[in-house]
Amino acid sequence: MLTPPKYWREIPQRYRLEAAKCAQCGKVFFPPRLICDACKGEEFETVVLPREGKIVSFTEVHTPASNFSDEAPFAVGIIDLGNELTILAQIVDCDPGEVKIGAPMRLEFRKLQKDGESGVLCYGYKAVPAR
Amino acid sequence: MRDVAVIGVGIQTWGELWEKSLRDLFVESALNAMKDAGVDRIDSMYVGCMSSGLFTGQEHLASLLADYLGVNPAPAARVESACCSGGLAFRMGFMDVASGMSDIVLVGGVEKMTDVDGAAATYALATASDQEYEAYNGITFPGLYALIARAHMQKYGTTREQMAQVAVKNHENGSTNPHAQYPFKVTLEQVLNATMVADPIRLLDCSPITDGAAAAVLVPLEMAKKMSKGPVIKVAGSGHATDTIALHSRKDITFINSTAVAAEKAYKMAGVGPKDIDFAEVHDCFTIAEICVTEALGFFEKGRGGKAVEAGKTAIGGEIPVNPSGGLKAKGHPVGATGVAQIHEVVNQLRGACGKRQIKNAKRGLAQNMGGTGGSSLVHILEVV
Ligand SMILES: [Zn+2]
Repeated sequence: MLTPPKYWREIPQRYRLEAAKCAQCGKVFFPPRLICDACKGEEFETVVLPREGKIVSFTEVHTPASNFSDEAPFAVGIIDLGNELTILAQIVDCDPGEVKIGAPMRLEFRKLQKDGESGVLCYGYKAVPAR
Repeated sequence: MRDVAVIGVGIQTWGELWEKSLRDLFVESALNAMKDAGVDRIDSMYVGCMSSGLFTGQEHLASLLADYLGVNPAPAARVESACCSGGLAFRMGFMDVASGMSDIVLVGGVEKMTDVDGAAATYALATASDQEYEAYNGITFPGLYALIARAHMQKYGTTREQMAQVAVKNHENGSTNPHAQYPFKVTLEQVLNATMVADPIRLLDCSPITDGAAAAVLVPLEMAKKMSKGPVIKVAGSGHATDTIALHSRKDITFINSTAVAAEKAYKMAGVGPKDIDFAEVHDCFTIAEICVTEALGFFEKGRGGKAVEAGKTAIGGEIPVNPSGGLKAKGHPVGATGVAQIHEVVNQLRGACGKRQIKNAKRGLAQNMGGTGGSSLVHILEVV
């Protein structure tokens, strides 16, 4: 169940793609974390993820979990944003032929799921072809 | 550290067991293991269970199961590491005996999965992925393994047919396993044309939803030598490792590093290498998983796992038989029980008690169990002494 605080906490990442850059070694983390695994630094500055990337791998989900029952089938992929940053996102607004490994994509702000009949409307990023 | 041996194992026939409760499943297997071991008391117990809360609404599980097994006030702990909760319970039991804290330890694994419908089970299983950055976007476990499969196909030329061969082989092996949920054979065509679950993974590439439990009894090796009626089976090596649970955070999604690291530790403890293993029970939650795991265990080079199954190298009678029990694929996958059921098969193979699916001269077996897409892995090596 997605309660408002659980949802609200992640808004900077889901709406604005806010990441954390280690002040000591420059490694970028999405989502932000409290200690850098590369240099053990604990100071970070907020940076915004690039919105353009390439497909690393993809699939089309035909049997979703209960909270996505109305959406299937839908495509999901891992998107490489460069600089060792990768995220997982749904892939939308494209023909099946356009979804392939290496294809250029752009992240956009979209509605993702509705948690229950009267639940929270959940938003986030989805990938669309960068034409 | 003391040497440790397995002196008893127990299981039941797995399936959609509507008439059996979570506690009945566990106690049935635990009693089978204790009878097999010839013990009527235990000093402590560990239970692997992934999500009794989401599947049945029951937490505080270890004490409940100790009560119904009739062993209160023995110390009992539930351990959780998604689909390798059972393998982790086995390692906890091993450490308990090896340390000298306990002499007779019961290790069990259990999952009661059919009290909820399929979509709710898919939801419960998806909690083994990163809730906020994987599951939130709608990805499922078949979906995550589909991402691995497509990347493996692209990078190494692994084919759909090679993936399907894993299912054909494991169902062939499982067809004579009396404890298997699906003891029937499948053809390559059936696997290739099954219902699409998450492209390129189809229904017969997936392990099923299963109710079941398994158990084992561990004691110091010296005690086992006095108690065992048959071959004495030593836990020669134990390895455990972790990785990011988010698949997309890994540099190479086709390589299961936690399994490679856990295997390295287990090989080192046992003083052996991949070439010294006679057979293995591995975590084939999806067909592509078995291909990746045989590479991570060092049985085959990176990228050669698909070709190896195609060439029959992992069949019974092949170079390194993999999943003689039928694997998760045919035997079923009650997630928390799987790691302990692998030990059940390895012990019975080492005892020469596997009938038609018996591997000739099996003296050293390996069990590999993993959580999620490899966020955690356990590797154990058992051998006849
Ligand atoms: Zn740093």
